[in-house]
Amino acid sequence: MIKRPISRRGLIKTAGVVGAGLAAPHLFIRSANAYFNEPKGGTVTLGFNVPQSGPYADEGADELRAYELAVEHLNGGGDGGMLNTFSSKALKGNGILGKKVEFVTGDTQTKSDAARASAKSMIEKDGAIMITGGSSSGVAVAVQSLCQEAGVIFMAGLTHSNDTTGKDKKANGFRHFFNGYMSAAALAPVLKNAYGTDRKAYHLTADYTWGWTQQESIAAATEAMGWETVNNVLTPLAATDFSAYITPVLQSDADVLVLNHYGGNMVNSLTNAVQFGLRDRMVNGKNFEIIVPLYSRLMAKGAGENVKGIFGSTNWHWSLEDEGSVAFVQSFGKKYGFPPSQAAHTCYVQTLLYADAVERGGSFNPCSVVEALEGFEFDGLGNGPTLYRAEDHQCFKDVLVVKGKENPTSEFDLLEIVEVTPAAQVTYPPDHPMFAGGDLGTCNPGA
Amino acid sequence: MDAIILQVLNGLDKGSAYALIALGLTLIFGTLGVVNFAHGALFMLGAFCAVTLNELLRFSTETVDPSRTDFLGNPLKVKTPYVENWFGPDIGGAMIEWSVPLAIIFSIPVMIAVGIAMERGLIKFFYKRPHADQILVTFGLAIVLQEIIKYFFGANPIPTPAPDAFIGSFDFGALVGMQAGSIIYPYWRLVYFAFAALIIGGGFLFLQYTTFGMVVRAGMADRETVGLLGINIDKRFTIMFALAACVAGLAGVMYAPINSPNYHMGMDFLVLSFVVVVVGGMGSLPGAVAAGFLLGILESFASMSQVVNLLPGINQIIIYLVAIIILLIRPRGLLGRKGVMEG
Repeated sequence: MIKRPISRRGLIKTAGVVGAGLAAPHLFIRSANAYFNEPKGGTVTLGFNVPQSGPYADEGADELRAYELAVEHLNGGGDGGMLNTFSSKALKGNGILGKKVEFVTGDTQTKSDAARASAKSMIEKDGAIMITGGSSSGVAVAVQSLCQEAGVIFMAGLTHSNDTTGKDKKANGFRHFFNGYMSAAALAPVLKNAYGTDRKAYHLTADYTWGWTQQESIAAATEAMGWETVNNVLTPLAATDFSAYITPVLQSDADVLVLNHYGGNMVNSLTNAVQFGLRDRMVNGKNFEIIVPLYSRLMAKGAGENVKGIFGSTNWHWSLEDEGSVAFVQSFGKKYGFPPSQAAHTCYVQTLLYADAVERGGSFNPCSVVEALEGFEFDGLGNGPTLYRAEDHQCFKDVLVVKGKENPTSEFDLLEIVEVTPAAQVTYPPDHPMFAGGDLGTCNPGA
Repeated sequence: MDAIILQVLNGLDKGSAYALIALGLTLIFGTLGVVNFAHGALFMLGAFCAVTLNELLRFSTETVDPSRTDFLGNPLKVKTPYVENWFGPDIGGAMIEWSVPLAIIFSIPVMIAVGIAMERGLIKFFYKRPHADQILVTFGLAIVLQEIIKYFFGANPIPTPAPDAFIGSFDFGALVGMQAGSIIYPYWRLVYFAFAALIIGGGFLFLQYTTFGMVVRAGMADRETVGLLGINIDKRFTIMFALAACVAGLAGVMYAPINSPNYHMGMDFLVLSFVVVVVGGMGSLPGAVAAGFLLGILESFASMSQVVNLLPGINQIIIYLVAIIILLIRPRGLLGRKGVMEG
């Protein structure tokens, strides 16, 4: 029997071959699954999670129209819309990174649990690489946290609570829409000019995350200019008749009523306030005034004549005349026959911004998208020069102060722009107390 | 003092709506033995009768005005309602303005037809089924009706204003010698209260002083015996169902200017109306009316900021809290009869 000793050289060779063999599949798997839901083949799937049922269904329907339009434009269809006016020229109308854009939709029902379930289903069953949409801050915060855990990007739809990019901010989440602080910062100087510095404000506030932060912001901004906040009453989200909350206003010495309400709450509380003659009232020698800090044109329609002359703020309005807004209104109007809402605008823009970030980063990897969006400055999407701030993933751009139009010329012509407040005036430091307490964390690619 | 008067007034109009819905609910329960969870949807359908009539009256011809443009820059299409073309701008305009009161006439046949269709088409098959089945099927029906309305009218509230003559508020403070403007109350809510009182009073007189009403009351007391006397009680009960639907519908029509109607408004009232019926006593008509006003007023008081500051959240639970207390003290409700839904 011949014993063949193992040479040192042979051992190293063998170990190298075995080691490489063992490592190869691992390396191969890592590269294939470097991130979750990597698009395979010639298509990429986006998940549009909007309220298709429930009280915000009409707003959800408008969001969905905007998403369909954005997908059409990304794939090279239609007139291209804001792709033509967007300052970044990375998108070529050939999908995203050459992959045709497809989409699936979910119904948030404007309920956090339902929204999470529909987002989860789109991520796990349909392989959605990005989730976007929604019409409520409660939903946005819930879905953003789910996307962070799952390792996909969340491009928020209509969400106005400070918390979305404040204490509940997440690295995988991005918000183009403005927030309660920005509304207050934009409104305060206009209110000061219109109503003076000696006012007593009574707040009615929807009892959930958006209402609380909206009230806190507007109270702080108006108190800073000399107004006194005489009371803040929290009203249940399910309330429909606000007369019992309006009548105590008559008993107080307040001369301004701030309605921190949105959607159906806003329509009903404003209608009730007008019915009880608040707008015809004189208190402390001044005309009684009503303020609706966040306006939605779609929903203001429900309040009819009652919105006339009432100040509020909005993220975008179809009557803007910059080239981006004009392109979007033309494109949307020709396809659907009416102008888009602010919810439609923010959803359309978010889709373009995501697609552009993927193109610029060269990958669908969420961490690449995060890197491309953080600190990204752009223009041509309807709000003037805009910054996606790296520290909190909030867009900083001009804010519109609007007023219910006295003599509307059409059913869409409900609001008139009073002032375009420059971005600098609504910008706050990332560690502002109203946004404190959260941690952005790090991007999660999910694999 | 003025705060208390104001909240009582507030409670009256809310109580009126509760009482009108609860009246129909308890009438259906008392006569047919059916727990009708679609009753709130009938209230909603009534409000949408007002919306529909308003939209029908606004149905317009379009003419192109080349001097003005729409949002896309095309010549503006100006809409002129047909009624203004046919009857002139004054009469046509007045018809649109008075669409809510006109909708009362429009809604009566519509709601009676809906009531008969519901009873003959669905409810009658559930007379002998357990209450749980009735609740499930009527709740399902309510959701179907809601979705139909949402399909045609959308999910957003639709403004349906009262005639100009009723817009504005009445100064009670000045009337009773208090400070002017301290107690003001919208005209239309006063109209609503008066209307509810009229309907409720009319309903009671009808049941108390007509032969039809007498047979129905007898049927509520003992259906079998009335049947044995050769009276076709089923036919009368169908008519009662239609009338109850009509009362809920009228309550909805008149409520449209108070809060802009939306497809979900029936559900908002339904649960509270059931609590009203239970507190008033199942099957008791005066109980339903009394409990409607009582709970409406209590809800208003609980929403006062002084009360909410003292007991946070009380405004959201007051009705259920009072219901629990009343049912503990009087298990059959305020004016409930022995033997109803027992055993």
